Amino acid sequence: MIRDQEFLKDIASYCIENSKKLGATDVGVKVIHSVSENVSFRNKKLDESNRADSFAVNLTTYIEKKKSSINSSDLSKSNLEKLIERCIDATKITPSDENNSLPDKDLMSKEIRDLNLYDETHYPNDKKIEFLKKVEETASTDEKIVNTEAGFTENKNNFILANSNGFLDGYKTSNFSSSCVAVSRINGAMERDYEFGSTRFLEDMMEPEEIGKIAADKAIKKLGPKKIKSERIGVIFDKRISKGILSTLASAISASAIARGTSFLKDQINSEVFPNSINIIDDPKIEKGLGSQNFDSEGVETNSLKLVENGILKNYLIDTYYGKKLKLKSNGRSGGTTNLYFENGTLSFKDLLNSEKKFLYITETIGHGGNIITGDYSVGASGFMVEDGELTYPVSEITIAGNFKEMFKNITLANDLEMKYSTNAPTLLINQMTVAGK
Amino acid sequence: MSKFFKETDIDTSQAEAIVTETLKNCDDGELYLENHKSESIVLDDNKIKSSTYNSDQGYGFRAVTGEVVAYSHSNDISKESLRKSSDNLKDTLKSKKGTYNHEIPKTNSKYYENINPIESKTFDSKIDLLKSVNNYLRSKGSIVNQVTANFLGEHKSIEIIRSDNQILKDDRPLVRFNVSVVLEKDGKKETGVYGVGGRQSYDDYLKDGSWKDVCNEAFRIANVNLESKPAPAGEMKVVLGPGWPAILIHEAIGHGLEGDFNRKKTSAFHSLMGQQVASEGVTIVDDGTLHQRRGSLTIDDEGTPTENTVLIENGILKNYMQDRLNARLMGTKSTGSGRRESYKHVVLPRMRNTMMLSGKYSQDEMISSVDKGIFAVSFGGGQVDITSGKFVFNCTEAYEINNGKIGSPIKGATLIGDGPSILKEVSLVGNDMKLDPGIGTCGKAGQGVPVGVAQPSILINKMTVGGTKL
Repeated sequence: MIRDQEFLKDIASYCIENSKKLGATDVGVKVIHSVSENVSFRNKKLDESNRADSFAVNLTTYIEKKKSSINSSDLSKSNLEKLIERCIDATKITPSDENNSLPDKDLMSKEIRDLNLYDETHYPNDKKIEFLKKVEETASTDEKIVNTEAGFTENKNNFILANSNGFLDGYKTSNFSSSCVAVSRINGAMERDYEFGSTRFLEDMMEPEEIGKIAADKAIKKLGPKKIKSERIGVIFDKRISKGILSTLASAISASAIARGTSFLKDQINSEVFPNSINIIDDPKIEKGLGSQNFDSEGVETNSLKLVENGILKNYLIDTYYGKKLKLKSNGRSGGTTNLYFENGTLSFKDLLNSEKKFLYITETIGHGGNIITGDYSVGASGFMVEDGELTYPVSEITIAGNFKEMFKNITLANDLEMKYSTNAPTLLINQMTVAGK
Repeated sequence: MSKFFKETDIDTSQAEAIVTETLKNCDDGELYLENHKSESIVLDDNKIKSSTYNSDQGYGFRAVTGEVVAYSHSNDISKESLRKSSDNLKDTLKSKKGTYNHEIPKTNSKYYENINPIESKTFDSKIDLLKSVNNYLRSKGSIVNQVTANFLGEHKSIEIIRSDNQILKDDRPLVRFNVSVVLEKDGKKETGVYGVGGRQSYDDYLKDGSWKDVCNEAFRIANVNLESKPAPAGEMKVVLGPGWPAILIHEAIGHGLEGDFNRKKTSAFHSLMGQQVASEGVTIVDDGTLHQRRGSLTIDDEGTPTENTVLIENGILKNYMQDRLNARLMGTKSTGSGRRESYKHVVLPRMRNTMMLSGKYSQDEMISSVDKGIFAVSFGGGQVDITSGKFVFNCTEAYEINNGKIGSPIKGATLIGDGPSILKEVSLVGNDMKLDPGIGTCGKAGQGVPVGVAQPSILINKMTVGGTKL
């Protein structure tokens, strides 16, 4: 089903040769094939089945320090020929930029390690349907659940990345994901919650009953929320959303934000940004990892990086272009982080909940209220009140606000880290944020 | 005749035969073909950061029976690929039997010209204009820390082949021009962003130096924000300015009135048809027929001509927005709201240009009636949970109001409210309805589509402002 390396290599080589013929001094190209099959269910009935078969070519040509790109989904050589010509024409008249270049040869990935990222198992749609029936059966046991939706997606990918310095490599990856959304109702008011699993290998997928049960339990627990008074209070971030703090850090320490001067962490390298108990790691070489990769989107070798060590910011995320601007070598982070995580804290989840008399426990945020330039943060939120270590009642229609610089310095981590996504964090407490409610 | 089969091993009549054969036991469906060209040219940090041209073509083959949608898409337009898709659709629906609904309204209206904006302005002149933007903004002094400007242009041709050999076609231009500036003063940095666009050529938005107005507006917003103080936290009165702040309407009301969520009864509005959902004097429409607007469409992505759909009239809920599937299942007609991001995506009922119409009050009257509150002029993005009805949006330009007077600017804060009740809190509707500048993209189920919004100034009695100052 998925096209092999030879087929993709042939197209990549064709693009490089033709670009050079037309006057390119350097060329980078990526050729991708992906096949995806999705089945979705609603209220125990088949709702949608979707099959996708897609090709893509991304080509960048350089003439000395001038650069331009094209993307296309049509791999026919007649189409590529026309597009390459267009790309070269645009390159010729694009102003040059001294930082434009392919990555340094000695930084390129030399060998591919099998990171166990491809499971060739095909899960036929009939099996997906059986799986989803079980998900929804479990999700709809309680009569307070009035609507369920569930989906299963299987994805297979193959790619080749190549450049005119001789780099030509790629590998297959796979992904299986399943989700359930449950809607609960009481006295005419509804709440919605979800659960999902995403894995490289089919055998590692959560049990369907578990997915359905978690989604339903969470939706029921949210019923009858209260709006609380505005106050300053410690806010605990559930594991589902605590990883958002790491995504913010990743944006703020990307070489582009640092070089452009648009990060609240500019000039903070080697300074204390988090409490000294905190370590943050980005490791691309985790077997079966959802964020794992052998090399970055430019073909540069990637290895594990300690971004934050004992609270001190140690590394930026560097690609070739902004690396040159900052006079730093690429550390294989073109395309961003890989498997990013906080090392575990010391407190158990229970001890964290009991560390003060009262907390706000947040399970969901909405809106895009983080500003990477100033560090200001303000988002809509819902969750629960915690009193004497127990979740007492659901809370919604409130906001939480602060500034990342201060929030980072007031983090306490629990010890319940799980590697479930590509970015992972344990439950975490941020001491004192402003909550706006009534 | 279709132009999509020109360089393939299949001709129009063979494709039509496959469509008719595949859909013979289905309620609805079509073969949707799309050719999409787009470009992005970005100036950043004094340099042309990137210039990219995208060329994408493919088909999405859909069969619908009852509530079930079978979909298969590919960028390989060939006999074998279409056959494979056809088998896939038939296999999914093998146990179902439907009756094809041939009825689809016709239109002679056109709301935009068939131009290709990418080709109608030379690459050189786009690069030159971006450089002029950079020079113009940087000439405003050393306070200017960073300038980003970009062109986004596209041309999309679509053809819809239905079971009875009907072919419906549309050609859609779309452009957007954005400027973002970062200012730095006394160690404090703030951003201002502004943009314009719609379904015309770039020059229609940039001629006679009007690109300078875009730059000036971005600069003005950043400058205002440099003086901003921490925003208040808690419930208070909120005056919204006209135009773009109507994304409040889009988030709070619009999504909840899309047909799919109401058929599935997952929208907080599903049981409220014919009921009072807003203050008297509040009328909201979703209009796909405005000339050259970003959210306008001659036909939707199922081939239905668009229309001006009244959603709420004088406070009473009148209509949902429908695509063909949800309309059929709810016993009503499509409102021409069936949209998809591309051939890779299934059709969903979506908004076009969502507008609250003018009332009779002036903005001054609203502000002078507020003792303590905020005046919000511009927003970033928003989001809604359609089930609980809770929605948010982020201010990018706002001021405090004290004793009926506009005070200091305040830092960006999130506002949160409850969709079904917020319109009942609208106490005054202004006489100054304005369209947004043509920059909106709406996301739903992972699909982004261009949309517009419009509203007059409005006074909301009570909303929660998510600042840091108690």
